[in-house]
Amino acid sequence: MAVTEQLATGIGASAPRKEDARLLTGQARFVDNLTAPAMIWMAVVRSPHAHARIAGVDLTKARAAEGIVAAFSGAELENDWKAPLPMAWPVTEDIRNPAHLPLATTKARYVGDGVAVVLAESRALAKDAAELVEVEYEPIPAVVDVEDALADAAQLVHDEFGTNHCYTWSIGGGEDVDRLFADADVVIEERYRQQRLIPNPMEPRGVLAQPTQATGEVTLFSSTQIPHITRVTLALATGIPESKLRVVAPDVGGGFGAKLQVYPEEALAIALAMRLGRPVKWIEERSENAVATHHGRDMIQEISLAATSDGKVTAVRVRLTVSMGAYLMIITPGTPLLGAWVYGGAYDIRGYAFECRGVFTNQTPTDAYRGAGRPEATYAIERAMDALARKLELDPVELRRRNFITEFPATIASGLTIDSGDYNASLDRALEMLGYDELRREQAERRERGDTTQIGIGFSTYIEMCGLAPSRILGALRYAAGGWEAATIRCLPTGTVQVLTGTTPHGQSHDTTFAQVVADRLGVGYDEVEVLHGDTSLVPLGMDTYGSRSLAIGMAALCHAADKVVAKSQKIVAHALEVAEEDLEYDGGTFRVRGTDRTMTVKEAAFAAWHAHDLPEGLEPTLEETAVYDPSNFSWPAGTHVAVVEVDTETGAVELVRYIAVDDVGTVVNPQVVDGQVQGGVAQGVAQALWEEAVYDEIGNLVNGSLADYLVPSAAELPTIEVDRTVTESPNHPLGAKGVGETGTIAATPAVVNAVLDALAPYGVTDIDMPATPERVWRAIKEARS
Amino acid sequence: MRSIAITVNDTRHELQVEPRELLVYVLRERLGLTGTNVGCDTTSCGACTVLLDGESVKSCTVLAVQADSCSVTTIEGLAENGRMHPMQQAFHEQHGLQCGYCTPGMVMAAVSLLREHPDPSEEEIRKGLEGNLCRCTGYVNIVKAVRQAAAV
Repeated sequence: MAVTEQLATGIGASAPRKEDARLLTGQARFVDNLTAPAMIWMAVVRSPHAHARIAGVDLTKARAAEGIVAAFSGAELENDWKAPLPMAWPVTEDIRNPAHLPLATTKARYVGDGVAVVLAESRALAKDAAELVEVEYEPIPAVVDVEDALADAAQLVHDEFGTNHCYTWSIGGGEDVDRLFADADVVIEERYRQQRLIPNPMEPRGVLAQPTQATGEVTLFSSTQIPHITRVTLALATGIPESKLRVVAPDVGGGFGAKLQVYPEEALAIALAMRLGRPVKWIEERSENAVATHHGRDMIQEISLAATSDGKVTAVRVRLTVSMGAYLMIITPGTPLLGAWVYGGAYDIRGYAFECRGVFTNQTPTDAYRGAGRPEATYAIERAMDALARKLELDPVELRRRNFITEFPATIASGLTIDSGDYNASLDRALEMLGYDELRREQAERRERGDTTQIGIGFSTYIEMCGLAPSRILGALRYAAGGWEAATIRCLPTGTVQVLTGTTPHGQSHDTTFAQVVADRLGVGYDEVEVLHGDTSLVPLGMDTYGSRSLAIGMAALCHAADKVVAKSQKIVAHALEVAEEDLEYDGGTFRVRGTDRTMTVKEAAFAAWHAHDLPEGLEPTLEETAVYDPSNFSWPAGTHVAVVEVDTETGAVELVRYIAVDDVGTVVNPQVVDGQVQGGVAQGVAQALWEEAVYDEIGNLVNGSLADYLVPSAAELPTIEVDRTVTESPNHPLGAKGVGETGTIAATPAVVNAVLDALAPYGVTDIDMPATPERVWRAIKEARS
Repeated sequence: MRSIAITVNDTRHELQVEPRELLVYVLRERLGLTGTNVGCDTTSCGACTVLLDGESVKSCTVLAVQADSCSVTTIEGLAENGRMHPMQQAFHEQHGLQCGYCTPGMVMAAVSLLREHPDPSEEEIRKGLEGNLCRCTGYVNIVKAVRQAAAV
């Protein structure tokens, strides 16, 4: 019986999720479910112009509105800020970083830029009052294209810089790379467009700031991925001492990077709650989210491969031109650089040159969106590999095999070291699931008979660099903070255990998986472990959740904390049983005196540590241990994803008919949770390939800023995503685990686009922009035919 | 202000509402039933789905006055005698939720779907839940959960 229970919840078991009971019964604590006595509502007045001088803000009518409490223009609050909103990653010394205040004061720089704020007694009254704010705008031409923005005569987003160029950052290059290109048998040069995406977590953002004016303390509840980083940075921006600022991320309804941010509304709520002495709540509407929450991607990618005639790639050269949007938010400039190391993909390549130019445009700022830089990198290299395969008339699978890195650890051309992997293993498994040869036969038959439904097969043999990150490397890259993570295990006297993690979930199942590991390590019941997170008062140390770091780093910290608990318990047990520590053996929560049946458990040690009646000399009472872990390397998942599409050559409609994901994320703590992460990530990657794009018109209006217009896929658009795994354990992780939160999104997009192009190969179509809409596909076929 | 009477999860409420007040905000802010979430402002996402006289509706697109004299079931009213409804149980067992924000609406839509199609195929489930968006799961486990609940 005990064995069965252990199988159901131990490491490697699909333990039932602890999170579900409250989420399934309507008892979740999302920010909009919270309220406070005397609470007032905030609404932000936003610019309808992409670029305009603010000639005046007339608040007279708003201040006379029913239920109004206060109204302010950006200029009126200008002197309230102790620092601009944070930008934590000045990637070069000469980066241009405009001061970004929570509300614009003299110029609005994108549609959605906040210019005034109103506070009223209810949600509806705040909206009503916001509509009474009269802003006089003097429109200025807008820049919305990254390449146009760099032209000499371009309109300037920030006049003070005299240019829209934000920074240029590069690695690699030099004569060696030039020579590899000069000596190459084959060179291919490709240009891709990564369209702008709207992350769209299902819960829009929201904040509730509760002040205590007498003491100067504020608690901010926010739908955020990063309560700890928010606390540090908003202490700086608002001037509230960090010691008096508590940030709580309650239940958070999805993030995907969009909530890896410190937003104007958080600063406004804190400052105005303190000024007015009342709790302030703001809940973002979906259409507001489309312009006020950061976007992802948006870059032009130029990639060249040098190769031998038998398909061995020798060098990769990459140049990116990336839209920053109107301001630099927390890691806006660094986001494309998170891909800088992996544009060589899973391949053994000698020469590498990477350059990235950041450019200001009159659009919502860009920043991290699931995968952040690495989906873009994977898209470019995987599409370029297919282009090379076409040129050399090689099967794309064969070309990949000829170039795979096969020996580990492997130092790649960009300079980092991949700790482990087996890229052929996941490719083999994917081909087996696919029935590759049979599908190619069917494809040939359809091509032969000129079928109007053509099949395409697309591959993505991706790698991923995640688990952000070794602090020393972050420092070398000029990122402002570290990449460590903290965990505390508190063994309570009655036998239950509290786990504190500095990572902050928003759907990833930390409550479940962290409990599984602690239960396993300390021999306590899965149901006896509670995982606490997302509250800077409860869990003071943390670097939060992004970049697939919770399992890769947070769980490593937890394992080290468990080791410390065991070590202290061992001293207590040795003392209690009057033996030497070396005479004890430990297994799953129980110490045994070697060769005897004398035992004592961690739980018993916890009780002894609590009453402290008889502890070893010098040992502190209570059993609670904290570990702070700084990783020595990144985490390196990899795998093979395959998309099979059917393209209607008469209408251009693309149907994704099969999708296979074989991932290697090392040791798996909870297979069901890992499958779920992969499937959800794949859906987002597929959506970029086929449906999603934030479309701006030439004067800077977002034309599809609602869920009625922006095509987040429903169940009806997607097939069942078939998942499997291969396992190479990470030598750098106590469990051998690697990150998994972003693999699907990183891998999927090129697999789908490669499949579409494979289907269109008979027509000679070699390029298509994303999303591959029926119109784009239809036009591509038509143009190729003419 | 208008007087309405609605029965929510078997409890009758008499309320004064503004003509513009949406059912979802009456549920959430007047009755404290915050299980029903709001995910969009264009009737696109389905997070706010509830049953109105047994039919699934998006409560962000129903005026409270339209619900006068009607019976509403929300996610809070689905469990019976402290036991989760088979659909809730199936979502739990099949890992049909991650962040849980779309979940109340998705569960209500799925309950309604099975009332109309007690034994739907995978394709019928996918089409039947077209009006409910989930950004986390890729829907694979949601479909499995509905299949499981249909088998109960």
